[in-house]
Amino acid sequence: MRARVQVMLKPGVLDPQGEAVRHALGSLGFDGVGEVRIGKVIDVDLDETDAEAARARVGEMCEKLLANTVIESYAVEIP
Amino acid sequence: MSLRAGVVTFPGSNCDRDLAVALRGAGAEVAMVWHKEAALPAGLDLVALPGGFSFGDYLRCGAIAARSPVMRAVAAFAGKGGHVLGVCNGFQVLIEVGLLPGALMRNAGLRFVCAPAALEVATSDSAFTCEYRRGETVTFPIAHHDGNYLADAATLARLEAEDRVAFRYLANPNGSENAIAGVLSANRRVLGLMPHPERAVDAAHGGTDGQRLFAGLGALAAMAAT
Repeated sequence: MRARVQVMLKPGVLDPQGEAVRHALGSLGFDGVGEVRIGKVIDVDLDETDAEAARARVGEMCEKLLANTVIESYAVEIP
Repeated sequence: MSLRAGVVTFPGSNCDRDLAVALRGAGAEVAMVWHKEAALPAGLDLVALPGGFSFGDYLRCGAIAARSPVMRAVAAFAGKGGHVLGVCNGFQVLIEVGLLPGALMRNAGLRFVCAPAALEVATSDSAFTCEYRRGETVTFPIAHHDGNYLADAATLARLEAEDRVAFRYLANPNGSENAIAGVLSANRRVLGLMPHPERAVDAAHGGTDGQRLFAGLGALAAMAAT
């Protein structure tokens, strides 16, 4: 079973990379771009067949390593 | 009796030997410790985590190193009141392992900054800073891409109220909150800082302002012996 983890900077935490991309989009002529936020997608293959058990295990992985919960939030998706 | 220091090497550390040279210059006996060691050498007064790019800065700077076997031993050492110094990537590791609060983000200007940095010694109340005067200006080199110190308002207020900001940039190079360059733990025995004192211990480095940080630590051995 594969789980997909999305890690994003929390709202309110300045994302300098997103800001740089926003400026670059503007210089390419893309008007009307508000905020740009950059995150990470992490796919984890698990030898787990129960979706809820997989979700719990990946949530624990996020808390312990995949996300820095001081500045980042995460979401676990089991497709 | 000389200071007994352990310097940890992670894959990708590149200031480990510089730290060892600086510590030996202050009279320390230095043991190099590989990141896979689950235990520290017995009888250490200090553990130092060096700068570099541990594990290629994968995931987040310091994140993988913080979960290496030796860091469990370092956390236990700190928990018993041991002194721990983290420089640059070592500071990032100390934050990732939870020994220091806050986070180190990508520099606000997005550039890797590599330059001498003038710093204010914000407190002399620690073994690391006892040889300096509070408010004194020193110059240590900086060389980092992710040194933008961030913490929530309550944490910042606590750090300031408890006199735990050790060093502050005079000209903020990376967007750090309150221009923070280095912070102390609540018991004042863990210091993390982005600037490199070990790169300012020899006249050939262009400055020797870092020497007193290591000299101050040397006094720990004398304290332990009495």
